[in-house]
Amino acid sequence: MPEMNTSSLPDLIFTILFFFMMVTTMREVTLKVKFTVPQGTELEKLEKKSVVSFIYVGPPTDALRAQMGSGTRIQLNDRYAEPREVMDFVAAERQGMMNQAEQVISIKADQYTQMGYITDIKEVLRKSWALRINYSATHRN
Amino acid sequence: MARKKKKMPGLNTSSTADISFMLLIFFLVTTSMDTDMGLARRLPQPPDPDQEDAQIDVKERNVLNVRINAAGNLMCNHEYIDVSELRARAKEFIKNEANSPTLPEKHEVDIDILGRCYITDKHVISVQTDRGTPYAAYFQVQNELVAAYNELREEVSKEKFGRSYANLKEEEKVAIRKYYPQKISEAEPKNYGGN
Repeated sequence: MPEMNTSSLPDLIFTILFFFMMVTTMREVTLKVKFTVPQGTELEKLEKKSVVSFIYVGPPTDALRAQMGSGTRIQLNDRYAEPREVMDFVAAERQGMMNQAEQVISIKADQYTQMGYITDIKEVLRKSWALRINYSATHRN
Repeated sequence: MARKKKKMPGLNTSSTADISFMLLIFFLVTTSMDTDMGLARRLPQPPDPDQEDAQIDVKERNVLNVRINAAGNLMCNHEYIDVSELRARAKEFIKNEANSPTLPEKHEVDIDILGRCYITDKHVISVQTDRGTPYAAYFQVQNELVAAYNELREEVSKEKFGRSYANLKEEEKVAIRKYYPQKISEAEPKNYGGN
């Protein structure tokens, strides 16, 4: 019985590997806040990942609660930030973008966040001319 | 002496599959497949500091006031309502089918493709929140309002083109969007629900 030729197996696996590299995005930041996004029905997909920046809003994760308390925090990149720092964040994110006019800011906020925080962020976004925003949510059936 | 043909031994590649499998698994673990979904909104342009506060006079009948207090309760114009009623309210308000004098005024507007239409182009839905309003309550309101617009656009698209809004050509979509322009304004938050 001749042995099966497995020389093309690596190529096959590499193809799958490249497929996954294409369709997935690296998890860029370590989350320091925990959040459950609200549920909605009229959602749209975030199509172009390259123009999207995320702002996370919620209470600190369980591991950080002892140090940081349980109040609502805003996370930009890898650290906690104040609402006014959003402006620099937006400008920095915009720098690396090909088509800067299409910049989208996705707000991933916990559903129990008080609107005051969200409004503050929105005001700063308005001032920094990042007008296209997206309230991150999951689909409700 | 017969020359023995020297055969170069092939590189053993049997482990390449294992290596690439490892890479594959590494990528599977470190990446997130989930497609991000969300409610897309557009913020108004920042106020011009040189400009005096231009008071835009909006007639009372053209405004639908939606207020959400710190407890997440909803008030639509002067009544308390449930979020589930909001979609129907908003649709009735935006459409003003019977041309009622208490609902937004209608104007004749020329729209490409659709021709002369009689629409409520001056309506505004004003959403006002308290600083203590839970984000989820605000999100549900936004969601319902967008749903109201989407349903109305779907209706008019079926009526005029006989097709679903999603299947329309780009210029037809533009016409439909002009027919039902999305006008959701967000006032500065106030502290009136108690904190």
